[in-house]
Amino acid sequence: MEKRFMAIWFRHLTTDWLTLQQPDLKDVPFVFVAPERNRIVITAANPVAEAQGVYRGMAAADAKAITTDLQILDHIPGKEEKLLRQLGLWCIRYTPVVVIDMPNGLILDISGCAHLWGGERGYLKEIVHKLRTSGYDARAAIADTIGTAWAVARYGKTTPIIPAGEQAQALLNLPPMALRLDPVVLEKLQKLGFTTVRSFMQIPRTVLRRRFGEGLLLRLAQVLGLEEEILMPLVPPAPYTERLPCLEPVSTKKAIEIAIQKLLETLCLRLQNEGKGIRKAILKCYRIDGKIVQAGISTNRGSHSVSHLFKLFELQISKIEPALGIELFLLEAPKVEDIDPIQEKLWAGKPGLQDATLAELLDKLAGKVGANAIHRYLPAEHNWPERSVKQAASLMETPDTKWRTDRSRPVRMLRRPERIEVMALLPDYPPKVFTYKGRRHVVEKADGPERIEREWWRDQGEHRDYYAVEDADGQRYWLFRSGHYDAEPQWYLHGFFA
Amino acid sequence: MSGTKKDIISQLQKDILQWEGYRPPPVGTRELVGLGPVEAAFPNGVFPLGTVHELVCANTEQAAACGGFVSGLLSVLMQNGGACLWISLSGKVFPGALKTFGIEPDRVIFVNLAKDKEVLWVMEEALKCAGLAAVIGELREVDFKQSRRLQLAVEQSRVTGFIFRNRSDKMGSTACAARWKIKSLPSEPVDGLPGLGFPRWQVDLLRVRNGQPGNWIIEWSEGKFRSVEKQVLEQQQLMVG
Repeated sequence: MEKRFMAIWFRHLTTDWLTLQQPDLKDVPFVFVAPERNRIVITAANPVAEAQGVYRGMAAADAKAITTDLQILDHIPGKEEKLLRQLGLWCIRYTPVVVIDMPNGLILDISGCAHLWGGERGYLKEIVHKLRTSGYDARAAIADTIGTAWAVARYGKTTPIIPAGEQAQALLNLPPMALRLDPVVLEKLQKLGFTTVRSFMQIPRTVLRRRFGEGLLLRLAQVLGLEEEILMPLVPPAPYTERLPCLEPVSTKKAIEIAIQKLLETLCLRLQNEGKGIRKAILKCYRIDGKIVQAGISTNRGSHSVSHLFKLFELQISKIEPALGIELFLLEAPKVEDIDPIQEKLWAGKPGLQDATLAELLDKLAGKVGANAIHRYLPAEHNWPERSVKQAASLMETPDTKWRTDRSRPVRMLRRPERIEVMALLPDYPPKVFTYKGRRHVVEKADGPERIEREWWRDQGEHRDYYAVEDADGQRYWLFRSGHYDAEPQWYLHGFFA
Repeated sequence: MSGTKKDIISQLQKDILQWEGYRPPPVGTRELVGLGPVEAAFPNGVFPLGTVHELVCANTEQAAACGGFVSGLLSVLMQNGGACLWISLSGKVFPGALKTFGIEPDRVIFVNLAKDKEVLWVMEEALKCAGLAAVIGELREVDFKQSRRLQLAVEQSRVTGFIFRNRSDKMGSTACAARWKIKSLPSEPVDGLPGLGFPRWQVDLLRVRNGQPGNWIIEWSEGKFRSVEKQVLEQQQLMVG
């Protein structure tokens, strides 16, 4: 497909931003300055200041001499990039590939996007109009190559839309600056009297190379489309993405449901053909007020079932705040995995953890109560009771050691052992009587001690001597004494046996 | 004449059971969960699976006893590799101990929640999932309407549900098939050795739909339930003989 690019140039990026922040600066000439080689140099000037003859690169002192009421503000480092990033993210509603072009532009790869806005003219008009009404003085141009679009956006005087294959004609009357050249090369060109691109375009390459170096040739080739430029998109497009622009901004639940359904249908069809299933999906909703709201789901095993994924999203719809309306839906699947459809059918009837309905149930639960609430445990090779089980990472993970049954463990174990008051006869004897939560329990039978040493390579502290005891009512407890039997041994209750 | 009347009544009772979503098990199934004499208390003498049971546990000790008892039942339900869901408010169940009661703890999925409302929602969703062997939910309180919803969910999926009720002061009626109360009892020494014996419980069946409530003493030993009274009786018989 023919590539088409759009370059946007923000003529007064930082000053426009400040005017938006402080509207009373609108009619006041102001500049941003930064120190450069022992001078204070202007880095940006607002239109009012420019009208009075102040320009970028001028020394602040000179500017002050021209306009007496000039306001001088400190340059904010990194502000341009931040603003461009914001504007770039906003532009994603027009195309998925947006590139920041420092210091004051954006490049949009608009191949195959413009028809949604009724052709390139409408598309360009829409973007420029939206940017201007939101307070940014923007110029834009569309061409086959980034270089041409860039040049025409900044130096073009006639039309902003360059038809396919007409880069050379468009460039002829532009100054050499339009080619994004090094200042050194530019100076050389100027000295030799090359004031337009036309004047050196026809000169043989070898001559140009000898005089001006490889840089000029590269730029010329890029502008004409002989050499491709590599872009670093602001948001790397996910390989599995579906877009759904809305004709009119939508804000009702029903409309969002329809959008999700439509997106899932197309995405799932594609995944099904490739034998993949979604593990994680994100729905991004671009609102007309420029904000992005998103909702995410994740599954326990890859799925391309529209009905199942839709159910998961349905639980999230209430979290999507449409405000004045959503104009674009973007469904991304950042995590997919291979699934074998035939195998799935085989597994379907098998009970247990492989069961497909169980995985779907867990996805649903995770969507409602959060994945943090759902746990599955595997045995771990630790004697220390708190570490003897570990959380399973996935539903499919199998235990790598056996569950132990040689030592009795309580059915209910307190997360933190609780202090108890005891009466124990002799060292290493189980307690005779203990008080837990104000109730006195007389110990009738006891097993122990079972000494569990602390894992010294992990933490410091005393070992524990565990006793399983039974009180007069037949209730069974797991108690331990921390450390050796000394003057004041500390006793804890750690669990309840069945 | 009276015989036919009795037949009619028993037929009607069976119909009512069926309308209540209580499906009789196939003829010939006996001792489904290995509870011995306890199972005789249920209609047709078969432990009702695919329904919701409620267990009253007033304190943590009783909850632990209930946990042990239900785990014993689960060991049968999960025999064919099934999985179960354990929804708890406290999150204090120690998976490592469940192996003692014959369950593979890695086939139990725990869900820790904070509110009764969430537990009920999760439990209802889980009970609808035919891929599970059983669902256990720990709650503070459950009312008739909520238990009815759970009962309706299991009627489709035939999953067995267990509710642990923490609040025992108010005991309204519920749609559950049975209401249990499990209390720990002092264990008997094994072979005269000192120390703790096998876990032993006083199992009270407070309410059974169309069955006879009763109480028994059950012990968990060597991987299965054992009714203690029966053995005592046997011993007495031996002594007499």
